[in-house]
Amino acid sequence: MKLTLKIWRQPSQNVKGKFETYSLDNVSEHMSFLEMLDVLNEKLSFEQKIPVAFEHDCREGICGTCSLVINGQPHGPLQGTTTCQLHMRNFKDGETIVIEPYRASAFPVLKDLSVDRGALDRIIQAGGFISVSTGQAQDANAVPIEKDVASHAFDAATCIGCGACVAACPNSSAMLFTSAKVAHLALLPQGKVEAQKRVLNMVRQMDLENFGNCSNITACEAECPKGISVSNIALMNREFLSASFSSNDAN
Amino acid sequence: MDNLNLNGNVPSGDLANKWTKYRSTLPLVAPNNKLKIEIIIVGTGLAGASAAATLGELGYLVKCYTFHDSPRRAHSIAAQGGINAAKNYRNDGDSVFRLFYDTIKGGDYRSREANVYRLAEVSTSIIDQAVAQGVPFAREYGGLLDNRSFGGVQVSRTFYARGQTGQQLLLGAYQSLSRQIALGNVKMFTRHEMIELVLKDGKARGIIARNLLTGELEKHGAHAVVLATGGYGNVFYLSTNAMNCNVTAAMRAVAKGAFMANPCFTQIHPTCIPQMGEYQSKLTLMSESLRNDGRVWVPAKKEDAKAIRDGVKTALDIPEADRDYFLERRYPAFGNLVPRDVASRAAKGVCDEGHGIVPTGLGVYLDFSAAIERYGKSKANILGLSNPSNAKIVELGEKVIEEKYGNLFEMYEKISGENPYKFPMKIYPAVHYTMGGLWVDYNLMTNVPGLFSIGESNFSDHGANRLGASALMQGLADGYFVLPYTIGTFLSEDISTPKLDVNAPEFTIAADLAKQRIDKLFAIKGKQSAESFHRRLGKIIWEYCGMSRSAEGLTLARQQVRALRDEFYADLYLPGVANDLNPELEKALRVADFIDLGEIMVVDALDRNESCGGHFREEYQTPDGEALRRDDEYAYVSAWEFKGADQDPVLHKEMLHFDNVELKTRSYK
Repeated sequence: MKLTLKIWRQPSQNVKGKFETYSLDNVSEHMSFLEMLDVLNEKLSFEQKIPVAFEHDCREGICGTCSLVINGQPHGPLQGTTTCQLHMRNFKDGETIVIEPYRASAFPVLKDLSVDRGALDRIIQAGGFISVSTGQAQDANAVPIEKDVASHAFDAATCIGCGACVAACPNSSAMLFTSAKVAHLALLPQGKVEAQKRVLNMVRQMDLENFGNCSNITACEAECPKGISVSNIALMNREFLSASFSSNDAN
Repeated sequence: MDNLNLNGNVPSGDLANKWTKYRSTLPLVAPNNKLKIEIIIVGTGLAGASAAATLGELGYLVKCYTFHDSPRRAHSIAAQGGINAAKNYRNDGDSVFRLFYDTIKGGDYRSREANVYRLAEVSTSIIDQAVAQGVPFAREYGGLLDNRSFGGVQVSRTFYARGQTGQQLLLGAYQSLSRQIALGNVKMFTRHEMIELVLKDGKARGIIARNLLTGELEKHGAHAVVLATGGYGNVFYLSTNAMNCNVTAAMRAVAKGAFMANPCFTQIHPTCIPQMGEYQSKLTLMSESLRNDGRVWVPAKKEDAKAIRDGVKTALDIPEADRDYFLERRYPAFGNLVPRDVASRAAKGVCDEGHGIVPTGLGVYLDFSAAIERYGKSKANILGLSNPSNAKIVELGEKVIEEKYGNLFEMYEKISGENPYKFPMKIYPAVHYTMGGLWVDYNLMTNVPGLFSIGESNFSDHGANRLGASALMQGLADGYFVLPYTIGTFLSEDISTPKLDVNAPEFTIAADLAKQRIDKLFAIKGKQSAESFHRRLGKIIWEYCGMSRSAEGLTLARQQVRALRDEFYADLYLPGVANDLNPELEKALRVADFIDLGEIMVVDALDRNESCGGHFREEYQTPDGEALRRDDEYAYVSAWEFKGADQDPVLHKEMLHFDNVELKTRSYK
């Protein structure tokens, strides 16, 4: 395959970026998208040019490090797939591919295609956990959990924290990310004890981080590589509302 | 070579009570003193995150480092299959002793009895802890936890969370860590890579970390340093490790005197997606749990295999009678569930004989059709269907398989472009885990006082081969339940040591050393990328120090690695500058360390004149091609002291004593 790549180049956070155009020959359809970028970077290196900075790690769709907006879509055209699992067989010979970083004010661009997603960690730090210290646990089978409930919690827990939901949302909202953790923990009996405090603190942090609001567009669900459902947002709203009325222990 | 004897500092007493007794008599650090003691933890995988969270809970001042943008990205997240624990919830005869015994035997009697017993002992607490954190393990309809049998054992002791057990356990540890970060007990440094260890008066007292965003070389001091930096599987370039997994932190410690133990013990995982092309950057694992329901086979006739390779036939064209289920044939007792090293070598064997089924010749089938039929019939029975059609059985069976392995099947299809419900999966062994690592004593402290190593980065518990679902167990055992106690033996002596002054000459010298290494790489101004050297190193190691090894090949490999090192330092091209986000510089620094490690690995493999676990020396095999262990001469841990790239490393031995198990030849027949 022969491709034209329009890639966002930005030397650093405070320097204005722009698109650069590259052409790449001999791309195999069996390559993953990131392997295609590896080949480009190897080529740029040979030409003594600066390779394109992009983030990646596990390359098996689970670590959440890779990102990219490909032809306008976070993680590219294939549904339920991270960029690292996207293969070139999903593109056409001769195609022009536009590659950008995630765009959101809460995710400042660090260099080229790398962005800072630290805001998501801070939302978890605000309350996305169960307060149990090592050694405090009772026997694992002491509390039976209905299989369907465990399975529902699991569906929410599969979020990989990649931030595609934010990049997909016209408001740059992090509601899908935040609600997935709220739902995972609120559904389980272990997590119910501090559910009210959790949802209030996490939502407050989300707002502090400059993420936008949810206006029910649901692009987040459509672009989520793990298929996290927007019903989690409804659950979070319910949790938040009831906590707002009944709880006085935010923090 | 010297044969200096190392002491593992194993406490006395009988095996079953050793840990409990030791734990009860370990020196403690008083709560008011903990508030003055700083601990550096490098790495945020299962071991690092669990240790950081637990030490933070205990009141220590923890500083935690990762080169990732978030602690949740560590490669523990990719573990699929499960985690073992001797809960005996299935009532199938499991016990702490049996888990200990299986692990020692599975490791081909090259691990330390006391460590392995302790691992088995604390395994049950890990499951309790994880469930309390909200880890959504698989459950049965009664609401209790489900288990499955996994890789080479005959009891069902593996807890799992679909095919994402590592992800869920890591998120549990990450969330606990996040809680401690919010409380201020742990200070988290993301995008920081340790590139030098700082010693003061012979003790590990800090690190030099490169801020990956600015390139600044930062000095960080602490009373003790814990490395939880994972394994070195990426020395092979192609492996199931994440792209950024590296051995730099460990090798920086080795350069400062820490011993590298059993580096030649690497695990080749039997079920990975075969390599497709030269550009390939990594290999993807298909969980071993698939071997519970999948049957491994190749065409018995070479002409069939060739027809498949040429695209003339498919797996479905091969009649049952012409299929060689070679694991079931050779190992009737364990069949498809033999340990990883045995399964991998068997697959290599049939492919070497010409039965491989992918164009490169390096691939075998993993077939689910029998399981689909079996589950389908059972489901039909439950639903009360009399005389269900074959199509109905397949439909029902596929649903069961989807429930068990859905995400793995989906991942396979994305990568290979083939539907594994209809056509058997194609698999081939790939490097997956490294049993070797930094030498540690019973306290998980290296031979450098104050330097600890936990999880995959140490050598301690898996001997020459790791059993399935025990990496997660070891990482979390070390981090939650072992290190937080044993680190007290060192720190209790250090309660009056003041906070470390990072302006001390030791820190400046270490930072200068790091700067010189970076400047040296930029000064080469050659023509080849770091990646290209890495790829070549990987080929050498895979060829000569992979699934089978020989003295001749290893000798050649050592020469080639040395020549590659010379070429690296003569012809590396490094773009960009040092004081910037520069992934190429990160890579080059890592490749330099991989080259040094590669040589030590080869030297270790050459020293070990026996076959055991993942280390198969062609000269040492039984007449029917099984591994020939030589307990009289090689029942020891090889711990290598690095003397510089231009010198031979020095071997130190820790003799292994087995008082509670009888050394047997592993037999899975």
